[in-house]
Amino acid sequence: MLRIACPWCGPRAEIEFSYGGEAHIALPEAADALDDAAWAQYLFMRTNPKGRHLERWVHTHGCRRWFNVVRDTASERIAAVYQPGAEPPEDAR
Amino acid sequence: MSQPNRTAAGGRIDRERPLSFRFDGRHYVGHAGDTLASALLANDVHLVARSFKYHRPRGILSMGVEEPNALVQLGQGAYTTPNMRATQVELYQGLSAQSQNRWPSLSTDVGAINDRLSALLPAGFYYKTFMWPAALWMRYERGIRRMAGLGHAPREPDPDRYERMHAHCDVLVVGAGPAGLAAALAAGRAGARVIVADDQCEAGGQLLAERFEIAGRPALAWVGATLAELQALPEVRLLRRTAINAYYDHNFLVGCEQLPGERAKELSTVPRQRLWKIRAREVVLATGAIERPLVFPDNDRPGIMLAASVRGYLNRYGVKPGTRVVIATAADDAYRTALDLAGAGASIVAVADLRAQAAGYLPQQVRSRGIEVLTGARIVGTEGRMRVDAVRVQTGASRVRALACDLLAMCGGWMPSVHLFSQSRGKLEFDAGLGAFVPGAATQAVTCAGMVRGAPSLREALAQGFQAGAAAAARCGFDRIAKIECPPTLEPEETPIDASCAFRGTPGGGKQFVDWHNDVTVADVRLAAREGYDGIEHLKRYTTAGMGVDQGKTGNLNALALLAELRGVPVLEIGTTTFRPPYQPLAFGAIAGADSGALFDPVRRTPMHGWHERHGALFEDVGQWKRPWYYPRPAESMRQAVDRECLAVRAALGILDASTLGKIDIQGPDATEFIDRIYCNSFRTLAPGRCRYGLMLRQDGMVFDDGVSARLSEHHYLMSTTTGGAARVLAWLEEWLQTEWPRLRVYCTSVSEQYAQVAIAGPRCADMLAPLTDVKLDAMPPMSVREGSVAGIPARVFRISFSGAPGYEIAVAAGRGVELWTTLMGAGERFGITPYGTEAMHVLRAEKGFIIVGQETDGTVTPLDLGLDRMVAADKFFIGKRSLARADARRTDRKQLVGLLTESPQTVLPEGTQLILEPHDFAAAPRSPVAMAGHVTSSYYSANCGRSIALALVKAGISRLGETLYAPLDGQLVKVTLTAPCFLDAQAQVRRG
Ligand SMILES: [Zn+2]
Repeated sequence: MLRIACPWCGPRAEIEFSYGGEAHIALPEAADALDDAAWAQYLFMRTNPKGRHLERWVHTHGCRRWFNVVRDTASERIAAVYQPGAEPPEDAR
Repeated sequence: MSQPNRTAAGGRIDRERPLSFRFDGRHYVGHAGDTLASALLANDVHLVARSFKYHRPRGILSMGVEEPNALVQLGQGAYTTPNMRATQVELYQGLSAQSQNRWPSLSTDVGAINDRLSALLPAGFYYKTFMWPAALWMRYERGIRRMAGLGHAPREPDPDRYERMHAHCDVLVVGAGPAGLAAALAAGRAGARVIVADDQCEAGGQLLAERFEIAGRPALAWVGATLAELQALPEVRLLRRTAINAYYDHNFLVGCEQLPGERAKELSTVPRQRLWKIRAREVVLATGAIERPLVFPDNDRPGIMLAASVRGYLNRYGVKPGTRVVIATAADDAYRTALDLAGAGASIVAVADLRAQAAGYLPQQVRSRGIEVLTGARIVGTEGRMRVDAVRVQTGASRVRALACDLLAMCGGWMPSVHLFSQSRGKLEFDAGLGAFVPGAATQAVTCAGMVRGAPSLREALAQGFQAGAAAAARCGFDRIAKIECPPTLEPEETPIDASCAFRGTPGGGKQFVDWHNDVTVADVRLAAREGYDGIEHLKRYTTAGMGVDQGKTGNLNALALLAELRGVPVLEIGTTTFRPPYQPLAFGAIAGADSGALFDPVRRTPMHGWHERHGALFEDVGQWKRPWYYPRPAESMRQAVDRECLAVRAALGILDASTLGKIDIQGPDATEFIDRIYCNSFRTLAPGRCRYGLMLRQDGMVFDDGVSARLSEHHYLMSTTTGGAARVLAWLEEWLQTEWPRLRVYCTSVSEQYAQVAIAGPRCADMLAPLTDVKLDAMPPMSVREGSVAGIPARVFRISFSGAPGYEIAVAAGRGVELWTTLMGAGERFGITPYGTEAMHVLRAEKGFIIVGQETDGTVTPLDLGLDRMVAADKFFIGKRSLARADARRTDRKQLVGLLTESPQTVLPEGTQLILEPHDFAAAPRSPVAMAGHVTSSYYSANCGRSIALALVKAGISRLGETLYAPLDGQLVKVTLTAPCFLDAQAQVRRG
């Protein structure tokens, strides 16, 4: 079970959180103008890497705030947490 | 009560405290401090089990967690526990255990015929023999299961209590042997918070089984002094009888603490086991090693044991498992067993050393006692039916000698217990000197110390322990420790082992077991390799090696070393199967903890719950909520009660507890904009004081939730959700607000439990309500909300209805719900007010064709499929909009919502019934495939319609209205006619208003 540092509450056990999938997938501005392939790309396609992954978590059983995490999917090492809308820290690579 | 194998003195048992116990109905006596295994051996009981497949007689092999043979059924009735390793069960007064996998008894077992038929039962025989023909597999399987049964699970619920502890520490030390204690001492002295967990009742690890010295005194004196110092340190916690079973990510480990004693009713007030969930900054694994058995013909007879275990029974429990002993070994270590046993008066017939030479200090000591040492020996076979009575040994090309004995102690060296390290995702390396796997590079904050790292001596184990403990503490910031003096030990140098002697086996002769527990032999491994099952994962599944309760703790390494040799590749290339938790079996109860029965899930009750109970309601679970299902009168059936409730609503007046609906208070300057994006229908046109039914979609366009939202004022909404969807919807709103639209100034608050809500429905509802309220009901249009008071209670009055009958819903503070309800019941009496439950509510809404999310929808249904096209706004953005424009969402042959009428008005189709387009003779062609056209989603008898009604999702249903379809039911075909999904007053079809 992971130990995740909520940016607002501090380190907590994974059971307090919910996973929200890959981060930085923004809702397209003009969705109506997208063709089906581009819409499917937004809706379904994810990078699913082995290694460094930028992903969303929410502190469901805590402050209920969303935030982003840089996690290595192979080693489970968490390099950084950062706020939604922000870019991942440079040193979290 | 003689214990023929008990020594006169020595051991860690309490000779002043005899304990009586039963095994297979026979009465024995042991001592406090014994395990069931040591007590049985003290009574010269070796035969304790029949093997899994061949039902061969089996004895106690080992002294610890690795035991593959001595699995027993412990206790009786609800307290019985199967597959308990006798080596891990502490003896208690009155213990009762049964052997397993035998019928009628251990000495006369019918299943032993399998041993004679073994030529017919090779590896993979399940797959080869029984899988064909498929129709007979079910019958074979039942028979196999009976034959291959181990213990049996209790039939009653577990009456014991379990609890859970969450703990944090700087350094977790797993194992309280010499390396573990040294690590704990070093970390503890540095001031770190330390937890030491050990699965035994007493600390000391392998030292309990040995006669070693530390600093010139018996090693256990050092253990005692170390424990005393640890106990005096305020930040050190020692957990005895606590097996660390699992090593998860981020140094999260789970252990199970066994509380001593019998499982019995009087103990039910205290927990039986305690699950420890420990988060550690640093972990030191001092998990020790397991002795490696030897592979030779008939190596499984009772009385054939691991050599270090034999020595351990002698030194720890004062039990001499035999009096005429042959020792077979591929390592110097077994010579200690010879020396200790000889010192205790046993006769050592010979030491058969499988190595070409045995010239080290320990063999010389043995020789100097006049004990014969045979080098270059091969074990050709063993004799004895229920117990070994001779070992056949050959050296070089000489004649085979039969050595008479009653105990054969074998040793193939040590296998480090790398299980937890491997669970932590640490890499394993192969140590050619040991012939075994050792920990390599770690991926978590973990270090290994002692025998698990292959430490060749006690001195080295202690040094590794001190070093690991000090370094772990230092990494946690506790580096004030002075240099630690490692106490001196006096140990002879040992000569190298020859692991290849252990697994290679001896050609010819009887069965050579690699995995005792699952009866896997050298021949099985050879067969698997020959047939191409030459990866370790294939080997495991084909031969079942390592798949028993013991998880191959004794057998796996020999199996894969043998496979590597057969394939001519290094052992490391074969690798190991994945080590998975738990390291030792544990009760499901321990995992569940207190989360069972009434505490499994919270129960949510409405403020009026007590009234419903007193008035005979039966309840339905909706999510965590208990909702009144229907209110049967005496002698009334469910159907009669529901019919009565439904008729009352349409004819006069009904009352429903609607408090469980999810309620979310939404406020802020951008609330309208936000709600407009969330619902697929338009809300910006909704005036304050009005309500609207809204439909929520996911981004893929599928219906997600629905409910009526009221605009209380310009910037203030009250959203209602389905009962089960409340938490989900709130999370959904928060996610969009925080991650996609953080600029919107909107605040969402769950108020589901703040209000009690009552629905009144039926033609007389205004007659009843008007005198009770200051709200002008005449001035309220359908789908509107007013604030005022009802029965003197501040209230919101909504003119909405989910039954299609004229109706209001009244919301008051939760604490005044009962007052409101009882006042309404009193005022409604003269109108024949009838409480109705969820069943009648479902029937009433189905009469009107109103959907229920989760019943008419299943995550693959769009608003278009439901015929709700007019609710899909074209002139705004909403979540899911783009997906509705996909060609697939526009297909005309999608499953669409329709009504169904059965040919016979009395037939009520079960929900989920499949529908087909053409009649099909299932009796004549039961197996030929039939295309499914759809399925029934809701189905009831409607007293108001005087017949059954149903809703269904049918392919291209809207274009099929009026057509006849068929529903296979109990071998018959029921004719159904497709209709529009509304069965009552179709022209007055107004959604919820
Ligand atoms: Zn938080």
